[in-house]
Amino acid sequence: MNTILPFLFTVILLLHSHHCLAEAADFETQTVKLALNQEPPQLNGMKATDQVSVMVLGHIMEGLTRYDRRGRIIPGVAERWEVNDEEATFWLRPNAKWSNGETVTAHDFVFAWRTTLTPSTASEYAFILYAIKNAEAINQGKLAPEELGVEALDDFTLKVELERPTAYFSKLTAFVSYFPIQEKFYKSRLDRYAADASDLIFNGAFAMTDWVHSASIKLKKNPHYWNRDKIKLNAIEADYITADTRARLNLFIDNKIIFTRLDGETYQDALTRKFRIRSFSTGSVFFIEYNHRPDRITANLLLRQAIQAVYNADEFVNKVLATPGNLRGESLFPVWLDGTEEKFRTEYPAPRLEPDTDLGRRLLNQAKSQLGVTQLPPLVLLVGDSPTAAKQAEYLQGLLKSKLNLDIKIDIQTFKQRLAKMTSGDFDLVGAGWGPDFDDIMTFGDLFASWNLNNRGRYNNPDYDRFVRTAMNSSIPKVRMDAMAELQRIVHEDAVILPLYEQGVIYLLHPKVKGVVRNVVGSDPDFTYARVVQ
Amino acid sequence: MLSYIAKRLIAGLITIWFIATATFIAMHLVPGDPLMNQKAVSAEIRLNLERKYGLNKPVVEQYFIFMGNMLRGDFGISYTQQNRKVNDIIKDHFPVSATLGILAVFFAALGGILWGAITAIYRNRLPDIVIMFLVILGISVPSFVFAALGQLLLVNINQFAGQSIIPVAGWGSLSHMLMPSMVLGLGTMALLTRLMRSSMLDVVNEDYIKTAKAKGLSPLRIFFKHQLRNAILPVITVLGPQIAAITTGGFVVELVFAIPGLGRYFVQAVQQLDYTVIMGTTVFYGAFLVLMVIVVDILYGFIDPRVRLQ
Repeated sequence: MNTILPFLFTVILLLHSHHCLAEAADFETQTVKLALNQEPPQLNGMKATDQVSVMVLGHIMEGLTRYDRRGRIIPGVAERWEVNDEEATFWLRPNAKWSNGETVTAHDFVFAWRTTLTPSTASEYAFILYAIKNAEAINQGKLAPEELGVEALDDFTLKVELERPTAYFSKLTAFVSYFPIQEKFYKSRLDRYAADASDLIFNGAFAMTDWVHSASIKLKKNPHYWNRDKIKLNAIEADYITADTRARLNLFIDNKIIFTRLDGETYQDALTRKFRIRSFSTGSVFFIEYNHRPDRITANLLLRQAIQAVYNADEFVNKVLATPGNLRGESLFPVWLDGTEEKFRTEYPAPRLEPDTDLGRRLLNQAKSQLGVTQLPPLVLLVGDSPTAAKQAEYLQGLLKSKLNLDIKIDIQTFKQRLAKMTSGDFDLVGAGWGPDFDDIMTFGDLFASWNLNNRGRYNNPDYDRFVRTAMNSSIPKVRMDAMAELQRIVHEDAVILPLYEQGVIYLLHPKVKGVVRNVVGSDPDFTYARVVQ
Repeated sequence: MLSYIAKRLIAGLITIWFIATATFIAMHLVPGDPLMNQKAVSAEIRLNLERKYGLNKPVVEQYFIFMGNMLRGDFGISYTQQNRKVNDIIKDHFPVSATLGILAVFFAALGGILWGAITAIYRNRLPDIVIMFLVILGISVPSFVFAALGQLLLVNINQFAGQSIIPVAGWGSLSHMLMPSMVLGLGTMALLTRLMRSSMLDVVNEDYIKTAKAKGLSPLRIFFKHQLRNAILPVITVLGPQIAAITTGGFVVELVFAIPGLGRYFVQAVQQLDYTVIMGTTVFYGAFLVLMVIVVDILYGFIDPRVRLQ
């Protein structure tokens, strides 16, 4: 062994190319290195649904509009636009180019939107284009894709007819499903489109130069990007793909990556190492969804109110979640949503809930007599198979047992099976969450409308539906927000859900990297405007 | 010999068919819906997805379509990466897993044979006790613990050196492979050590060893020429299946060391109910395992002439 060890050591040193020893952030070359938590499953914007794909796409593609560093909508491919109740017009900048040097035209948007809505594309996010006239009918195969209410008046003018007043349409166009696709290129690839780096062309700030599946993705500054002078980074290299947070923390400690998200476990390590820990509100709300199907015991309002009365949001956030950045769950609508002038929750505060065991017990007794039983059967709490989900479920189980003497049976299921059980209604309570698809309160508001397929507890309330419709059919902020306030009231009074918390995540960022933007909607984290300082 | 190989190959094909069929049935029995995702989709989109993957047909028909495609060597398109063929996934990622697995088995075999022989020679003395204690650790501690510890060790080495002298994760050069393959091989190494030890102990008391000693051969020559060669056969027997097991069982190590191997597709496909990837990877690994067993059977003949005679 004495001879082997030094030998191995020499071999290791010899085998090292200089490249793999490079540091996470390099000032000279303006290069940053990252770890992705999974391989982006789908870089075809028409079909992307997951966070990693959306994050990568946000760097290599650009829609008509985009978000700036403060999360406001700014011009992207479109220089300017006008939106009224019936239609929207976008004037495209003539210098927006694809990475092959060709111009991005209005036709690229028409093609992309029509293709996304074509039933055979089977896009899961097609619904987000339903704001456009005839979109839903096309997606259901009732109309031809050519009937879509979108028209390229010339190469640089895009006219969109709206299905209904959509004040936030310019925000929708920043979303990946609205990104342009060049017809000529797409048709040269078809099923292979976006399968590899060579099966994509880009109109964003960066171009993908290399993609080794499940291993690495390399982005280089796109020399054809119209706003290239504002882009400081020359390269973003995701050299590692792993879902293991501890491995990513180790890479961060070793100065191999500039960014990593922490979980409860790695948080403690990061604290010990005295790293600066940053937090960010993801904009998602997590809640317990009740099964409102009439044959279910949770269809009983008093029972749901009893559970609501004993829930202790502060204890949940501080003791169970126990990482910084999470907020008390109080409403279906998270605090970051805009209202008419200020934040919605400032203008229309949610009722503040304080745990009240006596009230809970009274309500439960009333529920029992209403149901005609002396003891309720165990309620099934359906949760995902992550350790965090199990911990949260066990807390709720303990809480309801000690406060209400309610028995909870925890049903831990894999992701797909949990969804299957949610959809078929095989649960009493289910741990669920909702993240925003676009930057408007409606992305949360219509969740419990009777027609919403994501309303898996089958909550059905004509009043709720009516207020959703009121907000949908109006572009007057006051009318819409008043309707949303009614929804907030109904969700509370009818105990539609039990809001648990608004999610905050914690992460580490390389101290020499500035200008990284965290986005609630769209590409997150966004390194487009980042730079390495000395 | 040829008819022996032919017989083994036919048995192997039947085994693979059985694996494919059993996996197909099990996969469809697993509750959950492969096409279901966080955002619910309308009935029309759902139908289009079902058509794309042929899930709208009866299960029996799906089975025959699958078998037909499999005979042509086509496993279809992944459900989660809708523009990648399962064949491409296997082609891209199996070489990585195989490289890692072969290195791991190399470490395991080298260590296992060495430690096993040492424990047998020093039976019930200090080296035996220490090594056997480590072996029990190696067998009982799960690989994710070793993986995490191994990576932490690398981090600390780099911190101590003040610069990165060895990568803590990633894939590319041999220096990326050392720690993960050692971690991956630990369990097998422990297993082989035990096997080697007992097999060595059997051999030590054989008459021909006494003869060799009586002839006045040097202990080293007795060890290599007579003891090791006779004791190694059981180790070779398990080595084949172990190679297959290690290449398939690298999921945790691949995750921790960010290695683009097939192991993570194998495991994640089951979690995500990615039917085509489940079938593709399982049948492929099944075939690989069967092949390894056949190779070992053939290798026997070369190592032990007695097998050839039968």
